[in-house]
Amino acid sequence: MAAHPTTRRAGGRHARRLTPYLLIAPAIVLELLIHIIPMLVGVWMSFVQLTQYYIANWSSAPWQGLSAYKVALNFSSPVGDSLLHSFKITCLYTVVVVAISWFFGMSAALVLHRKFRGRGLFRTLFLVPYAMPIYAGIMTWNFMLQRDNGLVNHVLKSLGITDGQTFWLIGGNAFWSMVVIAIWRTWPFAFLMLLAGLQNIPEDVYDAAAVDGAGIWRQIRYITLPALRPVNLVLVLMMFLWTFNDFNTPFVLFGAQPPTSADLVSVHIYGASFVNWNFGFGSAMSVLLLLFLLVVTGAYLLIFNRRSRRA
Amino acid sequence: MKTRLIPAIVVVAAIAGTAGCGSSSSSGSSAGSSGGSSGSGTTLTYWASNQGATIQDDVKVLTPELEKFQKETGIKVKLQVIGWPDLLNKILAATSSGQGPDVVNIGNTWAPSLQATGAFMPFDASALSAIGGKDKFVAASYATGGVKGQDPTSVPLYALAYGLYYNKKMFADAGLQPPTTWQELQADAKKLTNPSTGTYGMAMEGGSYTESVHFAFIFGQQQGADPFNAQGQPDFTSPGMVAGVKQYVDLMSDKVVNPSSVQYKNGPEAPGDFANGKAAMLMSQNNADNTLVADGMKTSEYGVVPIPAPTGAAQNTASFVAGINISIFKNSKNKAAALKFVNFMTSPAEQQIFDVPFAALPVISGVTPNFTTNTQEAQTFQQILATRSVPLPLVANESEFETNVGNAVNQLIAQAATGSAPTSAQIKAALQQAQDKMAAAG
Repeated sequence: MAAHPTTRRAGGRHARRLTPYLLIAPAIVLELLIHIIPMLVGVWMSFVQLTQYYIANWSSAPWQGLSAYKVALNFSSPVGDSLLHSFKITCLYTVVVVAISWFFGMSAALVLHRKFRGRGLFRTLFLVPYAMPIYAGIMTWNFMLQRDNGLVNHVLKSLGITDGQTFWLIGGNAFWSMVVIAIWRTWPFAFLMLLAGLQNIPEDVYDAAAVDGAGIWRQIRYITLPALRPVNLVLVLMMFLWTFNDFNTPFVLFGAQPPTSADLVSVHIYGASFVNWNFGFGSAMSVLLLLFLLVVTGAYLLIFNRRSRRA
Repeated sequence: MKTRLIPAIVVVAAIAGTAGCGSSSSSGSSAGSSGGSSGSGTTLTYWASNQGATIQDDVKVLTPELEKFQKETGIKVKLQVIGWPDLLNKILAATSSGQGPDVVNIGNTWAPSLQATGAFMPFDASALSAIGGKDKFVAASYATGGVKGQDPTSVPLYALAYGLYYNKKMFADAGLQPPTTWQELQADAKKLTNPSTGTYGMAMEGGSYTESVHFAFIFGQQQGADPFNAQGQPDFTSPGMVAGVKQYVDLMSDKVVNPSSVQYKNGPEAPGDFANGKAAMLMSQNNADNTLVADGMKTSEYGVVPIPAPTGAAQNTASFVAGINISIFKNSKNKAAALKFVNFMTSPAEQQIFDVPFAALPVISGVTPNFTTNTQEAQTFQQILATRSVPLPLVANESEFETNVGNAVNQLIAQAATGSAPTSAQIKAALQQAQDKMAAAG
């Protein structure tokens, strides 16, 4: 850094102080317009009775205070009960999808981290589901899962596993179909992130461990996993948030009204807002969801960051 | 205005983000000068619903007619044809933002719900006289325009009705006549079902909640049951409603429909099964003709009779009054021009032109239906609409009724398809749950 000339005008110092703020101003304005203000409007909406009677004139919607929240959280009523059911389904969906996607991503990253012929081909192949437009991918799955002319039943029947008459998109199977598709879409991202993380672990650490007689599993346990910790911390959080808020998979697969077993919270809220025309109630559920995710994310970061500092 | 701008942005953004529908609506017209502007130089914006096989087809059908209208009146009409999945969302966005077209098509069952938003122009006496008076319309269709006792906020544009299509050859080969009672229909369907060859007595759109709620309503009506009581409160669990739902779900329980049709929800699948000889009967609105012909079936190969009621039924309802209505936005700056346009669209000459490509029944009294060359079919549908159709409940929360009851019935059909026939008690419980949801969320 060169020393500052002492003969600088005061105005110049002023301008220098302002420059960073001016530079980030457009971003802040846009962030306010696109994210923050609509979010606050959404919170306000949850306190008013915004139904079809008032959507043409929002300001006239009557104040309802916390009553939408009371309805949503009254688990003995059918509305609260169906929200609770939807919440449980979403939790199960998230846990299964994130866990299996992480496991697949980790396994593939470990295998493809070592050099071998054809490695590039596999890397490209594994990234296809992630690179594919979401809608096209899910629509294709939808065709594959049809009962009469779907590929899945056809293959299962030819292999003699089932009679080829299984329904994959209604009843309890709908949930597992949705899980499989979500894993198919999510794991390449885990694979990509973990592969990048593995590149940063110096080879000689492994060599030293091998000399000391550590086998492959011990190396993974004591070198790879601890070294990947910062990557995993962010990766799992991102996958959790994406999966929990997943709207595309159920919506494209089942439409606005999925089967009960696949009624994820995001679609459930969409149904309350745009199918039943009750925007106030939909917003209240969105706010509850947001609070839940904030608490979970905060707790997660607090626990793991503290552990990281201790480590 | 300002207070409405932000919510408008939010709703449009939310819809664009979730429903995947594109640009927000353009505001009415820029050329129109005053509220009373009705002459040359005015430009109207018109959102048309998708009636033909594709959006492009509709543009082809409508464009020459709009040019004709411009020649007659000097009023230019900017056309946008909108697909069904997006139409209601776009209308909701326009309603909440106040930035909508001048004229819009709506599904006629939405009329009371949209009327409740207050965003549409009521057709009062002077507006009605501007479009030729209410008496020019078929009474059954005109009744769908809004809630009873208020000026309607929509008038009929295209009418549709349900009928029972049957495959003449399959019936003749089995030595059967078209059924006149529901019991006969069930017996015929059993006789015509042969799973080993993949043929079934009846085709069904078992995954469509709108079809499910339509039949729950029609069969409930046959049993003398109304889904809403005189005070407008939901009443879904009456014995008649339960029996009506059971009548429909039992088609799946009795295995006279292909179990796979529980996944049909897009529209062309069930008519496709019927056209390809995979099903001997089809309960559908008359615009199924388009799909049947597109699938290679000749109009002479099928007959149509009214959907029969059970022996000793309270009423012989065979359809609800289906169709498309047309509305004018309240904040249109070109109301007079818009009324001229509505008058033009609902004139006998234009009705005759539109009914052919859109396979619709005329909404004007005294006009002969011409949507098919099969005169017997045309007469049957016209009679069903005029004498055996009832509007769906004309209540503001009609759309919630459709979703909640329609989905409950869909779940019951899914249960029947996967092996266990729903009992009356289970049906009642499902309807009770739908009713509780209405009460709590409303």
